[in-house]
Amino acid sequence: MGLLIQLGIFAALLALGFLAGSRAERKHYASIREREAALRHILLVPVRRAPTRSPCRAQLVCGSVVIGMDYFKMTVAAFVNILGGRINAYETLVERARREAILRMKENAAALGGSHIFNVKFSTTNLRGQNNQQSGCVEVVAYGTALLPVRLEAGN
Amino acid sequence: MAKLLLSTLEAIPGATITKHLGLVQGSSVRAKHMGRDLMAGLKNMVGGELKGYTELLQETRDEAIARMEAEAEAIGANAVLNVRLSTASITSGAAEVFAYGAAVVLAQARS
Repeated sequence: MGLLIQLGIFAALLALGFLAGSRAERKHYASIREREAALRHILLVPVRRAPTRSPCRAQLVCGSVVIGMDYFKMTVAAFVNILGGRINAYETLVERARREAILRMKENAAALGGSHIFNVKFSTTNLRGQNNQQSGCVEVVAYGTALLPVRLEAGN
Repeated sequence: MAKLLLSTLEAIPGATITKHLGLVQGSSVRAKHMGRDLMAGLKNMVGGELKGYTELLQETRDEAIARMEAEAEAIGANAVLNVRLSTASITSGAAEVFAYGAAVVLAQARS
């Protein structure tokens, strides 16, 4: 009986994770695509030195997000991990997090009036959950330098 | 330049580095209260963004950057170049953010 209840809870969590998780992922991807189209005019330039000599104001811009996996994906990932191979659940998780972080950084730059972001760096961290287990949530930070034009009369 | 300038670039267009003051760093470790951890745990069942943790890490990062800025100002720099950020998960529910960069004195180039 106890085993049956445990199995029931497991199955319910699995179903909940699958339904809610895939719905959340679809919505998130739709929102990412929409905002990416809106922010396409802001360019990311991964070079270490800005290719300009004219004076401008440099400003650190930054975007970050923490995204968690659902229960279904976590279970599937655990199984695939035994067999080896591509873990699609993790791939979409990290991709979503990275695209979201880039978008937030771009929004930050857009709010300041920047059009290019130079020397973009990423940092990805796996956050540990309760009991120090892998929790399946990932933080991605994207940061770079937005160069903003200075008004000439304000210079010197 | 009144405010400290932070940048991931190695050189700022239109400005020259007159003095290198070495590496400056700042770090911060923070945790959320149990309630937030619990909510994040529940949210983790269905997937999606964990806003509580996003916020937590943002606050931690701001703190780390502020400490780095304070160190740079204390040694007389007016800019920190080549800034890097790194996050590490220390224990459950706590994260460390580490910010570091090169403290320099910048002078506006005259053309």
